[in-house]
Amino acid sequence: MLIKLENITKEYHNDDIATPVLKNINLSVREGEFLAIMGPSGSGKSTLMHIMGFLDRPTAGEYFFEGENTTNFTDDELARIRNERVGFVFQSFNLLPRTTVLNNVKLPLVYTHGKNIHGLAEKAIAAVGLGHRADYFTNQISGGEKQRVAIARALVNTPSVIFADEPTGNLDSKSGGAVMHILQELHRQGHTIILVTHEMDTAEHAERLIKIKDGMIMDDQPITARRIAEPDGAINK
Amino acid sequence: MQFFLNELKTVLRGLRARKGRSALTILGIVIGVAGVITIISLGAGAQSLILGQITKLGSNLLAIMPGKSNEDGPPAAAYGITITTLTREDAEALRDQIRFPHIMGVSGSVTGTATLLWRNLNVDTFFEAVEADSFSARNIEIASGEFINPTNINANVLVLGQDVKELLFGENDPIGELVKIKNIPFTVIGVAKPRGNVFFNNEDDKVYIPINIGQKQILGINYLQMIGIKVDAAANLESTITDIEQLLRERHNITNPEDDDFAVMNLADAVSLLTTITDALKMFLTLMAGIALLVGGIGIMNIMLVTVAERTREIGLRKAVGATNRSVRNQFLLEAGTLTFLGGIIGIIAGVVISYLVSLGARYAGLDWDFIISPISIILAVGVSILTGVLFGLYPAFKAAKLDPIEALRYE
Repeated sequence: MLIKLENITKEYHNDDIATPVLKNINLSVREGEFLAIMGPSGSGKSTLMHIMGFLDRPTAGEYFFEGENTTNFTDDELARIRNERVGFVFQSFNLLPRTTVLNNVKLPLVYTHGKNIHGLAEKAIAAVGLGHRADYFTNQISGGEKQRVAIARALVNTPSVIFADEPTGNLDSKSGGAVMHILQELHRQGHTIILVTHEMDTAEHAERLIKIKDGMIMDDQPITARRIAEPDGAINK
Repeated sequence: MQFFLNELKTVLRGLRARKGRSALTILGIVIGVAGVITIISLGAGAQSLILGQITKLGSNLLAIMPGKSNEDGPPAAAYGITITTLTREDAEALRDQIRFPHIMGVSGSVTGTATLLWRNLNVDTFFEAVEADSFSARNIEIASGEFINPTNINANVLVLGQDVKELLFGENDPIGELVKIKNIPFTVIGVAKPRGNVFFNNEDDKVYIPINIGQKQILGINYLQMIGIKVDAAANLESTITDIEQLLRERHNITNPEDDDFAVMNLADAVSLLTTITDALKMFLTLMAGIALLVGGIGIMNIMLVTVAERTREIGLRKAVGATNRSVRNQFLLEAGTLTFLGGIIGIIAGVVISYLVSLGARYAGLDWDFIISPISIILAVGVSILTGVLFGLYPAFKAAKLDPIEALRYE
C-alpha cells in the first residue's frame, strides 16, 4: 500500500476555538492509482491533500507512507520525503519568475545533492513535450505550457506520487485538456496520481473518485464513464 | 558544495534581475567600506609623513624659546611680545661639556624675512642666522660648498636653501657669487640639501647666514629667538630639560619657576601630540565609517525583509519541493552575504582610488606623502562587509525559513 491514512483528524485553532476540518479520515491508495478527490470549497479536500503531501501535519491519527509511519517525522524528514517521493502541481503553477523553464524544472534536484541534474531535467521537460521551450523564460510561455513545466518539475525526481491541486483551474478548456492528457499519460506509464478538484468534468479523468464534504469522506467509487483527454486537449468520453 | 554553487548561481541571477535595487541596497556598505579603507590609508600616510618629519628634524632635539610656555596657551612670542633675555651667552653656557655631558650640539638662532638681490634678480625669502655648530644640531645637510663654521662665523657669507638657489641661479653653480640683503653683500659659500616641508614650513625657501651678521647687521638686536639643542639619547631628554631649566634660572636670577622667561620644548612631544591628534581623528572617522556600515546593514535588513515578503510564494514552493528550513535560511543569508560582499569589493576599489587621489594631491601640494594600503585593512573590510550582510540578513532569513509552506503558497 502506498498511502494509508488511519483516523486522520485536523483541527484549526483560532482564539481557543477549535474548528474541525477533517474528521476521522480513513483512506488507502495503492501504487499506480489515479485518484480524484472532489468536494466543494471548504470541504477539507485541500487540507487532506496537504497532509497526504507532507505539507501539513494531522492533529490526530496515523499516516503510513510506503509502509513507514510518518506521524512523528521531523520537519527535515518531511522535507526529504517531499523532495524525493512526492511531486506537486498547483493551480497557479508557482514557477520561479525571471528563470528559464530548465532552471525551474531543476529546482527540486538542487535540494537532492544529486548528479546529472541537467540530464534529468531535460528528460522531464521532454516527457511533457516542451523540449523546444527549455531555454525560454517562464514569462515567455502560455498558461498551458506553464502548467506542463510544473508537471515536469513534479516528475523530475521520479516521485512515488504526484499531487495535482486544481491543475486546470487557471486554464482554458483546451489547455486544461492537454494538461489532463499528460497526467493520464503519466498514469498509463505507472505513476500514482492524486487529483484534487471541485469539477466533476476534471475528476472524471481519474479512475477512482472520492467525494468529501464537511471533513468526511462521503463516497468512494471507481469511475465507470472515464474521460480520455487527447494531446491537443480534446476530450473523449 | 554543489548545492552552494547552484544557490550562488541562483542568487547572482536574482541580483542581476534586480540591478537597480541591488545597487541602492549596497550603497551604504560601499560608502562604509570605502570610508574605512580611505581612513586607514590616509592615517597611515599621515603617520608616515610625521615620522618622516621627525627624521628630517633629527631626533632627540630640544628647543629653548624666550618667554614662558603657558600650558593654557601659546608662548608670549606668539602675541608679538618680544622677550630679549635669551642670549648667546646662555647658549655658550650650555656648551659646558662637564655640566651638560648629554648635549651634543647647541645652536642659537634668529630669523627674519629678507629680499635677496643678485644682479638684477631679487627674491623674497626668509633668513635664519645661526651659530657655527648648527649644522649638527639642526640636521641640515649640505649639497655643495660648506656650511657656516667657526672660520667664517664673522664673515658676510650665506648658504642657500634649495628653492632659493633654483630661483636665482637655476642650474648654475652659485658658490662664490655675491648676493645682497638690505644692500649688504654676502658671498655664497654653500647650498643646503632639499629638506621639504617640516610642519607645513617650506624648509628650502630660506637662506642661512652667520648669527653675528644676522643679529647686528640685519636685525639690530642682541638676543636669540631660539636655541636648538641636540641630546645624545632619548633617555636623557627629560634630565637634560631639567638641567637646562636650572641653568637658565641661575643665569636669569629666577627663583620661582612660575616666573620663567624661557621655555624648553621637546620636539618629540610635539610630534607625539600630533600623532595623538591624528589618532583621535582616525578613531572618530572610523566611528563614522562604522555608523555608515551600520546604516548600510539596516538597509540590507530592510531590503531583505521586502525580498522575503515578495518571494513568499517562491519560499512556499521551494519548501514544497523539498527545501528544508535550513536551506531556505542559507539561501537568504547567502543572498545578503553576496550583496554585502559585492558592496565590500566595490567599496575597496573606491577607497583605494580615493586614497590614491588624495596621495597625489598631497604630493602635488609638496608633502612627502606615501600611498599606503595595508592588506589588513582590505581583509578587515571584506570580513566586516560579509559579516554585516550575514548579521543583518539573519532576521529576514529566519523569517523566511519559518514560513508555513501552505500559507506561503497561498500568499498573494
